[in-house]
Amino acid sequence: MTDNVADISQMILQKLLENPKVPRDITGDSRIVEDLAFDSLAVMNFVMEIEDTLDVSVPLDKLADIRTINDLAGCLQAIKAEQA
Amino acid sequence: MSAGLFDKYATLRGNYESLMAASPRNPFGVVIERPLSATVGIIEGRETLLFGTNNYLGLSQSNAARDAAIHAAQTMGVGTTGSRIANGTFGLHQKLEHALAKVFQRKHAMIFSTGYQANLGTISALVNKDDTLFLDADSHASIYDGARLSGAQIIRFRHNDPADLEKRIARTSNSTGARLIIAEGIYSMTGNIAPLKEFVEVKKRHNVPLLVDEAHSFGVLGAHGRGVAEMQNCEADIDFIVGTFSKSLGTVGGYCVTNHDEIDLIRLCSRPYMFTASLPPEIIAATLAALEEIETKPELREKLQKNAARLHEGFKSVGLNTSNFISPVIAVTLEDIPQALAFWNALLAAGVYVNLSLPPATPDNRPLLRCSVMAAHSFDEIDRAVETFGTIAKELQVA
Repeated sequence: MTDNVADISQMILQKLLENPKVPRDITGDSRIVEDLAFDSLAVMNFVMEIEDTLDVSVPLDKLADIRTINDLAGCLQAIKAEQA
Repeated sequence: MSAGLFDKYATLRGNYESLMAASPRNPFGVVIERPLSATVGIIEGRETLLFGTNNYLGLSQSNAARDAAIHAAQTMGVGTTGSRIANGTFGLHQKLEHALAKVFQRKHAMIFSTGYQANLGTISALVNKDDTLFLDADSHASIYDGARLSGAQIIRFRHNDPADLEKRIARTSNSTGARLIIAEGIYSMTGNIAPLKEFVEVKKRHNVPLLVDEAHSFGVLGAHGRGVAEMQNCEADIDFIVGTFSKSLGTVGGYCVTNHDEIDLIRLCSRPYMFTASLPPEIIAATLAALEEIETKPELREKLQKNAARLHEGFKSVGLNTSNFISPVIAVTLEDIPQALAFWNALLAAGVYVNLSLPPATPDNRPLLRCSVMAAHSFDEIDRAVETFGTIAKELQVA
């Protein structure tokens, strides 16, 4: 199940850890740009992967307010609830 | 204490300084002291082969365009000093719009002062905050910026992937706002060609209009040079075509062509159209002359295709990693920035100028040596460029 924020956050962490360049000690509070060293394009491309897993689309303007993995999970959960 | 204006540049400054420390010259500050022809310019005091322009048909050096510009400047002066909405339209603006509409077989054309503004001005006028845009992930910055200016919700779909587009459109089936799909004909960084015919099938199934930017494909592809839509025989189903004068036409400016009669309303709400000076007469006159050359000299396109195929084949023969599309933009993909910097510097030192494109401005986070070929290149010039690439690739153990 990936319907609540905690589950979505866990799923995002798992996907991120599939990338060997991502630090091993990330948590839901890790900051995507600062702690993961993702640039804007990397963030957009990563979000695309998550979108497919959850079958949602995240408009780009929503990404502007996202700092941490938990923020992203919250945003995805809200969009998923909206689209349901 | 508040932050300084340039504090935010700390990371950029660090990256820039590292880059400059690793490169004997600034890759973003190359000075072409003067062009000797379309294909050769003086850089660092020596003759250099130009493989880093967008001058696909060589028309920036067209005698007809030059003479038309001189005549226009002599008879009308060199500027319009204002926007068309506030300060008036010159007859030449309308003449060029009529000529473009005729070339594209559309009812209307609207011209802008740059290609960047053509996307900004068209996209921001077509959609607003209640609407949704579907952009190819590899879209040009002018498309992203136009989308942001519009305030519409922006949804990216995977590059050149009609199935991915369809999936994302389907997710918005309950949306009450208007929707618009945007793709390009040829992608400027990689030379990839869009599957427009397949995008048209998607747009028809979901009844969503389609805007295509043919900036790099106009004058280049299609039986009459109208671009990828003409080549793939799907022009009639494309609602808006945007383009530029600064590639195959060799001047500066941009346009949108369409059959929608609302174009005169767009003129009244497109800020990048309304609040900027219109194109000066000499540029319009030169563009009209270049447009006529595109129409009357199909041999330029044929030569360009042959040259593109020769450069593409040459790169493959020396083991370089390029896209499989044969288009006038051919990008050599490298693995990391130090390798790309060394390669690019060695090319320029050996007399071949290409564009260095670094992440995140590149699609898959790898650096590119972006090359563009012209109809004006001779086979000998292309072969010399390939040989130089091959020698450097061996030295750097790239190929």
